Amino acid sequence: METARPTHLDGALDALDADPDATILAGGTDLMVSVNYHALRPASVVGIRRVVELQEWEGRFIGAGVTYTRMERGPIPALAQAARTVGSPQIRNAGTLGGNLGTASPAGDALPVLAALDAEIVLRSKGSERTLRWDEFITGPKRNALQPGELILGARLPESIPPLQAFAKIGIRNAMVIAITSCCLFREEDGTTTIALGSVGPIPIRARRAEEMISAEANPSSAALNEFARLVADEVSPIDDHRSTAAYRRHASGVLARRLLERVLTR
Amino acid sequence: MIWFVVNGAERTADPVGPESLLTTLRDRLGLYGSKNACEQGECGSCSVILDGELVCSCLVMTVDTDGSDVVTVEGIADGDTLHRVQQAMAQGGAVQCGFCTPGIVVAASHLLDGGAVPTEEDLREALAGNICRCTGYGAIVRALGTLSGEAE
Repeated sequence: METARPTHLDGALDALDADPDATILAGGTDLMVSVNYHALRPASVVGIRRVVELQEWEGRFIGAGVTYTRMERGPIPALAQAARTVGSPQIRNAGTLGGNLGTASPAGDALPVLAALDAEIVLRSKGSERTLRWDEFITGPKRNALQPGELILGARLPESIPPLQAFAKIGIRNAMVIAITSCCLFREEDGTTTIALGSVGPIPIRARRAEEMISAEANPSSAALNEFARLVADEVSPIDDHRSTAAYRRHASGVLARRLLERVLTR
Repeated sequence: MIWFVVNGAERTADPVGPESLLTTLRDRLGLYGSKNACEQGECGSCSVILDGELVCSCLVMTVDTDGSDVVTVEGIADGDTLHRVQQAMAQGGAVQCGFCTPGIVVAASHLLDGGAVPTEEDLREALAGNICRCTGYGAIVRALGTLSGEAE
């Protein structure tokens, strides 16, 4: 097995340029499960854990190598809460934002946060860089637009992040669970609201009709909250699987949406 | 061939392909303390300290640890002197079948060595990735509680 372990971005991009089909290894929390269960036998690996540029978190740009442990202690409460629900301390110390994007699981816990913020994903290959909106990057369940030779540099968040924000996730216990339904909500002081849900569709779902409806409500009545929940539940697109049922996920989506909105309104 | 420091000693290893650090520790270095159970990061029985961070060794690719510092459960005691976590668990009867014990010792000693004065809730959160199926969480948390901020 060929192995490259660059410490700088140039080295990582050179390695991927020389071997575009190499398997990119970050925290290993997804990749090594595939290796251990004999689903993956990489011919070559580029380990990016030590690439210093990917560790950077400057203002609204979060490097792909930032771990959940760092997100948990970071300045964005909704992202911190999402990170806190990931796995265990062991997993949060290893798993990264770039890995969440690279795996692009419908249940990726950081993804509804990026979706609700309309984050842009920055991709770099040797000699070129491109930026895709989150829903251009995540193209389906465990599918994304990353091309051979490209590396996820990180996520760029908008200049202004709404002060009212919350994240919640439903699982069968508080630790070590994959989301049955997850939800992230941001609300500006003027009422403008965005909401994204995970594990209820092939990629994170933005409930746009619900957003439009509730953004027009400066002080939502109980009836408005109910209507918001109903619209969210209507807009998600869940399936039955081994973790839960579509019906439960649809119900949970409405409940979480209403709960998070109430939570930020009463702050 | 990779070179790294394991429990303070320089070691070399020749991992096969993408094998995990857990496999290398057990099958090549003869360090059987780290246990192999789930191989997917769920159970914590293979917990080690890699470059100062608590991780599951089953999710670490050995070739990616070249030059790293690894501490396994074998490196927690100081010679014949048990770490206070080991002492507390032995005295508190916090071991039943013992399979999860190495991971618990590594995780709890890492928490306390970091200078934390944990509450019971802190302890439970810190051990959320260490599964005990006996299930002896009560005894484990009570034993470690003697080292916590809520002791006495």
